[in-house]
Amino acid sequence: MENYFQKEIETMAPEDMKKLQSEKLVKQVKHVYENVAYYRELMDKKGVLPEDIHGIEDLHKLPFLSKADLRDAYPYGLLAKPLEDCVRIQSTSGTTGRRVVAFYTQKDIDLWEDCCARAITAVGGTKKDVCQVAYGYGLFTGGPGLNGGSHKVGCLTLPLSSGNTDRQVQFMMDLSATILCCTPSYAAYLGESLKEMGYTPDTIPLKAGIFGAEPWTEEMRQGIEKTLGIKAYDIYGLTETTGPGVAFECSEQTGMHINEDHFYAEIIDPDTGEVLPEGSKGELVFTSLDKEAFPLLRYRTRDICVLSRKKCSCGRTLVKMAKPMGRTDDMLIIRGVNVFPSQIETVLLKEGYEPNYQIVVDRVKNNDTFDVHVEMTTEKFTDKVSDIMAMEKSLAGAIKTMLGINPTVHLIPPKSIVRSEGKAVRVIDKRKLI
Amino acid sequence: MAIKQLTVFVQNKKGTVVSVTEILSENHINLRALSIAETQDFGILRLIVNDENTAEAVLKKNGYLIKVIDVIGVKIGDEPGKLSEALAVLDKKNINVEYLYAFMARTEKHAYVVLRVEDNTTAEKALSDAGFRLISEEDINKL
Repeated sequence: MENYFQKEIETMAPEDMKKLQSEKLVKQVKHVYENVAYYRELMDKKGVLPEDIHGIEDLHKLPFLSKADLRDAYPYGLLAKPLEDCVRIQSTSGTTGRRVVAFYTQKDIDLWEDCCARAITAVGGTKKDVCQVAYGYGLFTGGPGLNGGSHKVGCLTLPLSSGNTDRQVQFMMDLSATILCCTPSYAAYLGESLKEMGYTPDTIPLKAGIFGAEPWTEEMRQGIEKTLGIKAYDIYGLTETTGPGVAFECSEQTGMHINEDHFYAEIIDPDTGEVLPEGSKGELVFTSLDKEAFPLLRYRTRDICVLSRKKCSCGRTLVKMAKPMGRTDDMLIIRGVNVFPSQIETVLLKEGYEPNYQIVVDRVKNNDTFDVHVEMTTEKFTDKVSDIMAMEKSLAGAIKTMLGINPTVHLIPPKSIVRSEGKAVRVIDKRKLI
Repeated sequence: MAIKQLTVFVQNKKGTVVSVTEILSENHINLRALSIAETQDFGILRLIVNDENTAEAVLKKNGYLIKVIDVIGVKIGDEPGKLSEALAVLDKKNINVEYLYAFMARTEKHAYVVLRVEDNTTAEKALSDAGFRLISEEDINKL
């Protein structure tokens, strides 16, 4: 017996869904045009007026928004409600060091938490469950989103936040947590730690896990399911749209249902911007249909993806997205955190280094390693080992301040970063995720 | 009185030292002393040579990151306890030695110690006051 959090929406007939989306879109475009000067200018430039949008079939007429727009409009340029109506911000890193700040009204928080509640219900969660949230809490959307969803379902919520494995294990065991929410790499790490402590899958109280915020493979899923003795489910989201819960996996585990009553998904050709038919591989674009404070229309995620409306055995009619298959930009996700190489460059220039660097990412024992190789400069070079090691440490600190995650910095001689065809290779990602 | 030390920044990997010494030998530069400090990532080669100007120029030309700094050279007797005596002098004056390395003279019964300290003048005075002989660039060239 399949449980739904909002059955009427999750199993709505496609034509009714389209009608609902159309009604919401017409209202939303009007709201944005009237309240967001930045987007109004984009629409005016394209010669589109709110009256031209009669339904979801007219969506393609609207201009796109990109991460660059979010940077240009920082911090209030895309805000569609007076600040006094907003109750929360969440934030993620931007391309050049300027952060993305998303605003929420109470209604926005509610619909976000509903989305997360749908995800928790889809993995079998009910008010009888104990839900351990081991995503980071704070500016990062992972913790707050799942925490809110867990409340809505009525689970006993354990707000552990990330890290501190001993404490995670203690609460999991003492309070018999049944659902775990965290990044897949942390789930794998926790699984290994439990195994080392002598716990076998049958002694672990968990039954399901909701893991997202970074790419992971089918092999990783099987590994986690085996060591923890659970079913492991994927979840997708981005701060610009709302956070986790934009899409979630159901019992079928063959892709994620998009909460398309709130977030309308399109697949476009990343070069031409043309909308592609269902089943095509392209860039995923989201339109917020009813968010109030930060309603992005046609936001380009840069994730390469495929959508499918094939009938799902769980009974949900919500469109499904595949795991993202890559990016159209150079963004990396390291330990669940978005990293743009340009951010490293910004730090290097600020700290007096040449922008000659190489990022090496790998996954060792299910944990991302993050090494940054930086070329030493004539000005900074000294004959003392301790000075150079202190420089490495201080640079790692500056990068951590920018990104929120700690790299290992290696200072290396000038011109030792391999250049292929004259162009330096900035990123070496050794993780096999796709 | 200070002597010149060539300091070269290299990656800690196979073959880096030999590529530096090969360049020096091709240019007929004689090594008087060589010391290596290394971490897992990088190494710092410290060299005393007979012609530091040429050595600096050829290594730079080959793309090496290089710095020439002043260090102190002290002549000490080649017998047990002599190095300790010199270090005790500096210790008494609260002079911190960042690093040191020693080399032997070919003919004389003497050893030479290269000392890297924060303030050369103070250290030099302390050592010469205590009767130690400091060596100069000229001495190095004659070795």
